[in-house]
Amino acid sequence: MSVEAARGLSLRTRHSVLPGFNLALGFTLLYLSLVVLIPLSAAFFKTATLSWDAFVAAVTAPRVIASFRLSFGAALVAAAVNAFFGLMIAWVLVRYSFPGKKLIDALVDLPFALPTAVAGIALTAIYSAKGWLGQLLEPNGIKVAFTPLGVVVALVFVGLPFVVRTVQPVLEDFERELEEAASSLGATRLQTFHRVILPTILPALVTGFALAFARAVGEYGSVIFIAGNMPMISEIAPLLIMTKLEQYDYAGATAIAVVMLVASFLLLLAINLLQWWAQRRSGGKS
Amino acid sequence: MSTTPLSIPYVVPVRRRATGESALVKWTLIAGALGFLALFLFVPLAAVFYEAFKKGVDAYFAAFAEPDAFASIRLTLLVAAIAVPANLVFGVAAAWAIAKFEFRGKNLLITLIDLPFSVSPVISGLIYVLIFGAQGWLGPWLAEHDVKIIFALPGIVLATVFVTFPFVARELIPLMQAQGTEEEEAAVVLGASGWQIFWRVTLPNIKWGLLYGVILCNARAMGEFGAVSVVSGHIRGETNTMPLHVEILYNEYQFAAAFAVASLLAVLALVTLALKTFIERRTREDAAPVNEGAMHEHRST
Repeated sequence: MSVEAARGLSLRTRHSVLPGFNLALGFTLLYLSLVVLIPLSAAFFKTATLSWDAFVAAVTAPRVIASFRLSFGAALVAAAVNAFFGLMIAWVLVRYSFPGKKLIDALVDLPFALPTAVAGIALTAIYSAKGWLGQLLEPNGIKVAFTPLGVVVALVFVGLPFVVRTVQPVLEDFERELEEAASSLGATRLQTFHRVILPTILPALVTGFALAFARAVGEYGSVIFIAGNMPMISEIAPLLIMTKLEQYDYAGATAIAVVMLVASFLLLLAINLLQWWAQRRSGGKS
Repeated sequence: MSTTPLSIPYVVPVRRRATGESALVKWTLIAGALGFLALFLFVPLAAVFYEAFKKGVDAYFAAFAEPDAFASIRLTLLVAAIAVPANLVFGVAAAWAIAKFEFRGKNLLITLIDLPFSVSPVISGLIYVLIFGAQGWLGPWLAEHDVKIIFALPGIVLATVFVTFPFVARELIPLMQAQGTEEEEAAVVLGASGWQIFWRVTLPNIKWGLLYGVILCNARAMGEFGAVSVVSGHIRGETNTMPLHVEILYNEYQFAAAFAVASLLAVLALVTLALKTFIERRTREDAAPVNEGAMHEHRST
């Protein structure tokens, strides 16, 4: 450990002898600016051509407000569902052994790897009136496809791995001695979970929730097939941007985009703060 | 185990392990987790293949005999073949600068590299339309010089590069930070040039992490839908990638064909997961605790 510390110290105090710093950093900054920063700033410059009143009018039109409410609301519900079941899945994968566990562990990342359009048409196929699940649900009065509930289903799918993959490593590193101590002090299993385990994994759980939420807010491909896309009811904000673009309403599309970008950046900031909190909680080890 | 129960004067009630749940709780939790995964992952995945083969094997392969389907596959491969190497070079350069040197603003740079992940795919396409589109900043100039970017290959590549931008870099940065600079410094002392150091010392150390990033980058590049949809223009046989071709077939009620092309993308996703799992196991077995730390870092971010 002291060697590690000494090396860390020497890194900071000594000038590096390695070559290529200027080239590598220069290329990084150039590429980052050309691909990401300048194009993103275009959205803000485009919006600046609108007067403030026109901007406010564009983003507070009833149809736009309804799409924001759906995008953010459905993302919130989906992230909450994923927080609950993601914790359960992480727990089961870390604590128990059962047949097929390794395969299931690997498949949890499927939403990261499966193209969103494929997920979208597959979910629509199974939740539509004639689908495997739709034909069980619809006679009972539960319509999923082509309703806001369908939007939630698609967003649960895309956000599924985030909570599992943030909570899982924290649970793996969790010191079982703490649970034994709690138990020997007379705590019930539920009390131990609630008072000892949950506080430790809470930062990771909240981070996973925020990541799933951030992803779901901007999601497009998996949603548009199952949503039905009815204005005011099941039309998400990214689709409204798309619709306005197709009508050549560039300013209107960009105004919505800027609101979503600002929301994403605030979320990114929150997530960074959460991860900093999580690292401090787990004793400073990264 | 060595003492027989008979030697104990009275039977001690068998206590459950202090840190375990009862079998009932355990199996309820497993059933809940697996039920949820089945509902949201396994059933949709199975549905892709079921719908693809519903009309028979002939209908399945007929979907790929279409020239438009063939063109979409070719375009998807071409776009990935440009976008992935571009982000690979960037990822290595960024990780070299960030992991091997100290400079101010490093954390800000890392955050900026991650930025594309928090931008909606539709907005990722929109920003390029605002620059290169007919009404965009460079639109009139491009039209004058007869250069097509939006509704053509360059726009699709740009949008794909944007959405897959962080994959390689975010994989390599924590890995190379954990490895430190000692080996490279030793190579400098022994008189190696910069490229020699990279090819002979750094690259062998980061090859698995690099491959990991490339695989994830490639899966997203081939599967991207929203961003590409904005800049593609949906010209059949020309600017339709595979996911866009799936959308068009689906909207034309050619479900069997749509799911057939979709099944190819699903196979790509499964191969991606298999390779990813293989690399994760490989790096863990390589016993380098450094590598394992980096993989966990990936998982937690």
